[in-house]
Amino acid sequence: MLVALLLLAFFALHQDSWFWRASEPLVLGVLPIGLAYHAAYTLAVSAIMAVLVRYRWPSHLEEPGRSEPSRPPEPER
Amino acid sequence: MIPLLIVGLYLFAVVYVGVFAFRRSERRAGAEDFFLAGRSLGSFVFVLSLFGTNMTAFSILGSSGHAFTNGIVTYGLMASSSALIIPLSLFFIGTRIWALGHRHGFMTPVQMFRDRWECGHIGTVIFAVQAILLVPYIIVGVMGGGTTLEALSGGLVPYWAGGALVALVVMSYVFFGGMRGTAWVNTLQTLMFLAFGVLAVIVVGAGMGGFGHVFREMLANPAQAALLTRERVSPWYFFSYTFIPLSSIAFPHIGIFCLTAQKLTHFKRTVVLYPICMLAIWLPCVFLGVAANRATEVPAIKAKLDARATLASAGPTLDQAERDRLRRVATGDDVMLRLVEHYAPVWLIGLLGASVMAAVMASDSQILALSTMFTEDVFTFYGGTARFGPNVQVQMGRLFVVLLTLVAYAIALRVPQSIFDLASQFAFAGYSALMPLLVAALFWRRSTKWGALAVVLWVIAGIAAIAVIQLNVPAPAGPPTVLWAVGGVPVVARAAAGLVVLNLLPVVPLTIVSALLMWVVSLATPTPAARTLARYF
Repeated sequence: MLVALLLLAFFALHQDSWFWRASEPLVLGVLPIGLAYHAAYTLAVSAIMAVLVRYRWPSHLEEPGRSEPSRPPEPER
Repeated sequence: MIPLLIVGLYLFAVVYVGVFAFRRSERRAGAEDFFLAGRSLGSFVFVLSLFGTNMTAFSILGSSGHAFTNGIVTYGLMASSSALIIPLSLFFIGTRIWALGHRHGFMTPVQMFRDRWECGHIGTVIFAVQAILLVPYIIVGVMGGGTTLEALSGGLVPYWAGGALVALVVMSYVFFGGMRGTAWVNTLQTLMFLAFGVLAVIVVGAGMGGFGHVFREMLANPAQAALLTRERVSPWYFFSYTFIPLSSIAFPHIGIFCLTAQKLTHFKRTVVLYPICMLAIWLPCVFLGVAANRATEVPAIKAKLDARATLASAGPTLDQAERDRLRRVATGDDVMLRLVEHYAPVWLIGLLGASVMAAVMASDSQILALSTMFTEDVFTFYGGTARFGPNVQVQMGRLFVVLLTLVAYAIALRVPQSIFDLASQFAFAGYSALMPLLVAALFWRRSTKWGALAVVLWVIAGIAAIAVIQLNVPAPAGPPTVLWAVGGVPVVARAAAGLVVLNLLPVVPLTIVSALLMWVVSLATPTPAARTLARYF
């Protein structure tokens, strides 16, 4: 639940209407604020992914490699 | 001549990679080895090649061109939204595709759908739709190769020869190297992209006298200051772009690529690094595209700015032919090339050329994916492998690679590129709308094959309708042309950039209706047998 809320919040943060018409300040003297925001957002997404990987990794999907290739079962036609 | 030599070296290197991969795989040849690199890709190659597979020529040329015209909004529209949605889809869906592939031996998404929903011919329909939506990419790749080589050589290498060379190179390393060769080439391609972005910013920035004064000048010019904001697009239009990256995991070449990782843990590094790679490639391209608006000392860019100014001041009074001509001049797809050409040393122009070639050759994964799908979902499914053996299956896959490349080249010589550019745009919407298939198959026990069929038929009908309308209603010079309104509220309109539905991209209603159809039709039809469900849940 907490993860779902966090992801929804991040999705909402992508719609940054607060910087919609702002071009200043120029962050680091060159990046318009709207572009700097989304660059920082991209880095924050990477951090969120690291949290997901750390705390919500689907380890139940991991299994030892197959000993030999299997074929998918023949479906009913 | 030096840029052409660097590009030639790159092309030689990728063919060598293909042959090297072929030598590596000879001892353990087989369908899984050829089509999935034996499910053995290591972490480093998996991260970089998966990222490279998702990058096309648009990532370098198209993104800077879009930013040149539309400003910084390009990054939020296409990069930061993808940086969120694509890693999430890899985390939740890609890992499950990998696990099911390892457990049940699936090599394509359609194999999984057939098994999950106990269907045969509906799977064939899904294969056909996926294939139809993928083919335009392959053709655009061949066209891009021809155009790029012609431009880099100053016309010395004609379009037909450039296209033929690119088609031959891609065909060679896919034919010999299969997935292993393709993954290695994509890794090289991503490394080149990453290096190019940083170098281009440094060199062009120095040439333009530093970016600080460039952006201050833009702020002082009311016509250009808007490019440093997002006021040229509506928040709803911006929101609707977040549906486009849903297409990534639904593309069969990405789904198939998820099966190539040796370990599930390889996805960990991929989902964390994916946003950083997006930033490293897209931010420089968008940044330079916007900055190009002050590069008036570059004649080709000055001509674009003049054409844009004429369109803005006198557009509605001009005849259609003149408007179309000015639009072609004003388009920014080559601004990156022009900037680098003007400000950079020749070796960087060569590196750009090689990076662009690498990007247009991203069609390699798609060619291989179609070959895998054809041999697994059609040839094997209808008894070919059982009758002729697994070796014939691999040879059939190689033959398909050759035939597909030849057909793509033949079409590329005869049909205008604009048609396939448009078809590629529709493909994104189509694959986003096919995404509910994956979600339902992997997460919803109650989903059925009839729900899947309803989704596929809806996507075919929806994309065909959008294509017909967009091709028959010309782009307006001013505000959107309203095609259908209810109670005075415009529902469907033709804007300059394409069709909009309730001010949203068509991908939004397409995807939402797909999900609803899957839900309603599945609830009304019988579920698969319990023993089938037990294999998944």
